[in-house]
Amino acid sequence: MEKIMMDGGQAIIRSLEAEGVEYIFGYSGGSVIPIFDALITTKTKIKFVLVRHEQGAAHMADGYARATGKPAVVLVTSGPGATNIITGVMTAHMDSVPMICLTGQSVSWMIGKDAFQEADIFDISMPVVKHSYLLKSSDDIPRTIREAFHIATTGRPGPVLIDIPKDMSAGPMSVDLFAEMDIPGYKTHENDEVNPQHIQDIAEALSKSHKPLILAGHGVLISGAQDALLELAQKLKAPVTTTLLGKGAIPETHELSLGWLGMHGSAYANKAVCECDLLLNFGSRFDDRILGDPAQFCKQAKIIHVDIDPSEIGKMIDPDIHCIGDALKVIEALMPHVAELNTSAWLKKLDGWKQQYPFKFKRQGNLKMQHVIDEFYKLSDGKAIVVTDVGQHQMWAGQFYKTDHPNSFLTSGGAGTMGFGLPAAIGAQFGKPDELVVCFCGDGGFQMTLFELATAALYKLPIKIVVLNNHYLGMVRQWQELFYDDRTSGVDLEGNPDFVKLAEAYGIKGFNLRRPGDAKRIIKAALEYNDGPCLINCEVEKTDNVFPMIPAGKPIEAMIIEAPKAGSKKLEKPTGST
Amino acid sequence: MTNNKTIHTLSVYVTNKPGVLARIAQTFSRRGYNIESLVVSSAIDGNFSRMTIGVSGAEDGLGQIIKQVGKLVDVLHCTDHTFDDAVVKEMGLIKIAVAAEDRGEALQIAEHFGCKTVDLTDESIILQVVGDPAKIDALMEMIHKFKIIEIVRTGKVLMSRGVEIT
Repeated sequence: MEKIMMDGGQAIIRSLEAEGVEYIFGYSGGSVIPIFDALITTKTKIKFVLVRHEQGAAHMADGYARATGKPAVVLVTSGPGATNIITGVMTAHMDSVPMICLTGQSVSWMIGKDAFQEADIFDISMPVVKHSYLLKSSDDIPRTIREAFHIATTGRPGPVLIDIPKDMSAGPMSVDLFAEMDIPGYKTHENDEVNPQHIQDIAEALSKSHKPLILAGHGVLISGAQDALLELAQKLKAPVTTTLLGKGAIPETHELSLGWLGMHGSAYANKAVCECDLLLNFGSRFDDRILGDPAQFCKQAKIIHVDIDPSEIGKMIDPDIHCIGDALKVIEALMPHVAELNTSAWLKKLDGWKQQYPFKFKRQGNLKMQHVIDEFYKLSDGKAIVVTDVGQHQMWAGQFYKTDHPNSFLTSGGAGTMGFGLPAAIGAQFGKPDELVVCFCGDGGFQMTLFELATAALYKLPIKIVVLNNHYLGMVRQWQELFYDDRTSGVDLEGNPDFVKLAEAYGIKGFNLRRPGDAKRIIKAALEYNDGPCLINCEVEKTDNVFPMIPAGKPIEAMIIEAPKAGSKKLEKPTGST
Repeated sequence: MTNNKTIHTLSVYVTNKPGVLARIAQTFSRRGYNIESLVVSSAIDGNFSRMTIGVSGAEDGLGQIIKQVGKLVDVLHCTDHTFDDAVVKEMGLIKIAVAAEDRGEALQIAEHFGCKTVDLTDESIILQVVGDPAKIDALMEMIHKFKIIEIVRTGKVLMSRGVEIT
């Protein structure tokens, strides 16, 4: 290929353009000045968003990718700039979200000599990336960026980091923008032929099942298999439950949907896991939040695991049958081999549980988080892209904001990163400018990244920022109440600011919501507000608890469906992870 | 988790790029596995390297970790050869303090194990032994009656028998 002269920074921007990048979220600094300069000199159409903290940039790229399915770019400087993105990179890695991180680095001859703002980000980031590079030559820029996008977006997606010494981005170079990739060890498995024997085995197991249960994970959404999944479920007459990250893999209002399962998922989905005779998992990694006690999980059923990542097979659960491949390809391969199952008695039983154990809350008394979320659900016709932070509100958002569309419930599942919500919502709104984005945060997580209010205000993003304010770190307080004799420790958020005044200081419209009777009126006003972001501070019940709850490490059968009555037997401390 | 002390021998074929060893080492250490021996050398095609890794730790998680190593972008394949009938060799150097007049027995043991004497002074000798790791272990056992100054072992290397690629 013909080589052209440009400087390294320009080669980076041109390579990003070739990948169809729409947004770069970042923060400038000494070692990336040549790349920032190239944003000007190349007259690129890529839009740059200046955040207020590098962690915000990573979560924005994450939210953008979850909402659109396309990767965005994070561009930060060396040293602290690079280390500040680690939480965001880890969050994306845990939830298989594609992301390209470009970090500046000291000039190459100073690396390893404790240069100013030097951090060994290549090694620091290693456990939380899908792959990473330390550029050794500016000639490698186009090939490396092409490989990075390929790796980030194919197979099981994930973040890829490229560490760029300043002399690589600064100097003039002769560059082949169409350099070929060279990654012979990379296996995506997404184009693999689906093993016909495995399909036969799955079809045969299904044909013998009267109480099947399909479990849909994030892999279904990543693969874009939601329509095929619904078709399969309808053909089989099989109910579907999803993981929290799989919300939207089947419309949650569909009669075959059991909602999401796990620690705070629906009682009926969890009961179905305990009684099904076959569990067909597409693209869920059997996370500990859904297993309870792995040794007791779904003992009575045949377990089938379909995943694009071979290392997930047998990691938590040894399946009876497994199949490696892309969810859509496997479903399509399976479809011709299956027929309607005799599930009427099973579906009737599940319907009974749905009637018996609905998600519920009391509208009387102090304002509840559930009430606010439920009102948002109704007033937005369930059409919002919901972004959550982490904690009690996240679980209630999952319970009361039903998800009927793919890629519209964005939440930090694996990592459980507080502070994810606001910046991820900003990223989602950049990616989906014409859609309603509602961000549910607790007062704890919101304060971890609230500085990005400036970014939301600057770009007049019409996000509804809902701060569900109980002045507590509610989820930990709930554990302390239930398992530690109500000894609250390190959870009282005394000293919260006035969030409405804070919003106003950023030029953002603020609403206060205190009384249940005002919920409808104020939420309607917030939804109708159309001059940039608005913040709704909801003063809610301080000591409410999320149910159902499966104590960590306990079998699903130990699920606590409703709040234990006062004076009831003390609960044992959970043995599972966090 | 069972804690079995079997040392598994893995052969890993990788692209010769910076960081590949660190990634593999991290995959093992994160799950509490210990790398007992490690040999890395360039393959016929200099763009690739061959690693032979001896690893110990819980038996029941190892298969999963091998898959995790296998999915690293720089790894072409990772295979457990522990229970294969493969050619496994290792080299050891043993430096013993032995005065000239006591050399006789040391050299007799050395000869039995097919060692070469690669260094000889008035106070010491260095023996070189090549063979399967069990043979080297047996030699170590025998030679302990002398004052051992130091031992260096290369760690085992492995190759599949016949025309099969390792």
